[in-house]
Amino acid sequence: MAQITLIEAVTQALAYEMRNDDSVVVLGEDVGVNGGVFRATQGLQEQFGDMRVIDTPLDEGTIAGLTVGLAAQGMKPVAEAQFEGFIYPMMEHIACHAARMRNRTRGRITVPAVWRAPWGGGIRAPEHHSEANEHLFTNIPGLRVVMPSSPARAYGLLLAAIRDPDPVIFFEPKRIYRQYKEEVPDDGEALPLDVCFVLRDGTDVTLVTWGAQVKECLEAADELAQKGISAEVIDVATLTPLDFDTIAESVTKTGRCVIVHEAPKTAGFGAEIAARLSEECLYSLLAPVERVTGFDTHIPLFRLEMKYLPSVERIVEAAERTLAAS
Amino acid sequence: MSIAAKFEIEYLQYLDQDGKETGKELPEFAKDLDHMVELYKLMVSTRVFDAKSIALQRTGKLGTYASCLGHEAAHVGIGSAMRREDSLAVSYREYGAQLYRGVKPREVYTYWGGDERGNDFADAPAHDFAWCVPIGTQCLHAAGSALAFKIRNEPRVAVCTIGDGGSSKGDFYGAINVAGAQQLPLVAVIVNNQWAISVPRRIQSGSGTLAQKGIAAGLYCIQVDGNDIIAVRKAMEDALERARSGQGGSVIEAVTYRLGDHTTADDARRYRGEQEVKDAWERDPVPRLRKWLEAKGKWDDAKEEAWKAECDDWMDNEVNAYLETKNQPATAMFDYLYAELPADLEKQRELVASLDRK
Repeated sequence: MAQITLIEAVTQALAYEMRNDDSVVVLGEDVGVNGGVFRATQGLQEQFGDMRVIDTPLDEGTIAGLTVGLAAQGMKPVAEAQFEGFIYPMMEHIACHAARMRNRTRGRITVPAVWRAPWGGGIRAPEHHSEANEHLFTNIPGLRVVMPSSPARAYGLLLAAIRDPDPVIFFEPKRIYRQYKEEVPDDGEALPLDVCFVLRDGTDVTLVTWGAQVKECLEAADELAQKGISAEVIDVATLTPLDFDTIAESVTKTGRCVIVHEAPKTAGFGAEIAARLSEECLYSLLAPVERVTGFDTHIPLFRLEMKYLPSVERIVEAAERTLAAS
Repeated sequence: MSIAAKFEIEYLQYLDQDGKETGKELPEFAKDLDHMVELYKLMVSTRVFDAKSIALQRTGKLGTYASCLGHEAAHVGIGSAMRREDSLAVSYREYGAQLYRGVKPREVYTYWGGDERGNDFADAPAHDFAWCVPIGTQCLHAAGSALAFKIRNEPRVAVCTIGDGGSSKGDFYGAINVAGAQQLPLVAVIVNNQWAISVPRRIQSGSGTLAQKGIAAGLYCIQVDGNDIIAVRKAMEDALERARSGQGGSVIEAVTYRLGDHTTADDARRYRGEQEVKDAWERDPVPRLRKWLEAKGKWDDAKEEAWKAECDDWMDNEVNAYLETKNQPATAMFDYLYAELPADLEKQRELVASLDRK
């Protein structure tokens, strides 16, 4: 079986679901002949035609509104926002319509749509191409916010997102689009959207993260292991609705938690996890919860962007602080 | 001088403000006088319904309500031209079109009465959109619907309505733009009632007509007298036929006047003069059609009185059904959020349930 990258897994999932469900259509800017600026939709228009892989006019609001309309009439659209920094004009349709359509019509109209967006920094991209803004969506009721961190999880979670009867924001960490390959069978098996994935078992400290930072956390866990510290690593994967039980179980066991994310610290999604830990696991905590995040600044242009992103070094230091505290 | 492009916008009117024919040959549907009586009756019942809504609001039995006074010809003209399988995406005052398509007055009351169940139409087409308050977004939902119909090769048309103010929004331009580019079966109707709350038409746009906004998008465009139901209906029929047969979308500007306040929370005397409103009443669409039907011998005072009494009974019945509707349990706020309630929300739902029992 061929080994594929995360972005190839996205393409593989799209193609699988388009073959098996005529109602699945892909729309966005440059998704057709060009196969998307990152090539996520490579070859799909050739395979499925221009009525199922649709190049839209260059207007994100148009893409988002079409997506709501398509879904409301029984299609399963997968819209592409070319970059997460261009998703803002889509937010009215996502927040005011997609996320609340089922609720406001008491289930008469639903929006089974997916919005995919390459997400995050670290690829030396131009301005507005490197944001981490998942927290702007995790506060919207009625949505699912999903972020894969490996080729296999990209495949399984995207299939689940397309099949889900409710709207899903699917952020793809572009820094790891082509970071490594793994075997991903094209078997149509979806992964659950309601669980966090425990990627590494440990007993001393829990590293909670999602998206591209999974890589840094796993590396940090390796370094910590060399220092005799056993770190558990959790990939949240579906931020909302959150599987807090998996996090709580781990932190109850380790007594220590470091939350790692790219987005700014204040009111980032890490703040929600930290608050939930203080509400539900306080008496199991042996040390203050640590957060290693982007700063409360804009992500710098690319010469400085790696200074902004959480590093292995910062994660290891934070984990060591939790150990030193007790 | 060489010309790169030029255009003209047709203006359509069959009945003048006194209900006299302008001399243009009437379209087929208007020659069926019994059908025209049915349309007139719905215009009257829409007006009775509207007055009842305002009375309910003024007596504290309804929340803020957006009146449709003066728009009856435009709205009934739009709704009556459509087929059931077509989809309608309205803003929030197009009751004449919606009543024609089976929305019940009690559902309108329920929505403006603060209950989501009003959006769960029992008899109207399930594919019609719910009221759309954010302004303009419904145009793209209609365009997306039209795209779905085109992808599935269904002979259906998506219709959206929007106001003069709403036609300033990017979503309106986006919808007509993609409809032109993709040859979508979309009919966008700008119901130009001259006022977007307090902002008059002239401040919305430098465009000579609002209809011509569709020219740049590559759509067929026409302006009609929005107080002449025959003109509105004819323009709609033509546009629907073009869209259904794959010839693309249209923009129709129906020129009318908002005779009432923007909503019950508004006081239009703050920003517009009495004389203007007085003049607008001279163009009132309801007596215009009545005069025409009377001249044809199809309507008279007795019929008017009898129909109004029937409408009163109908609306009283609808109002009673609405007032008798019990509140949903508070937990309803969770029960339609997702297809299945996520486990993480169960605790919050339990809390709401326990507070509701107190």
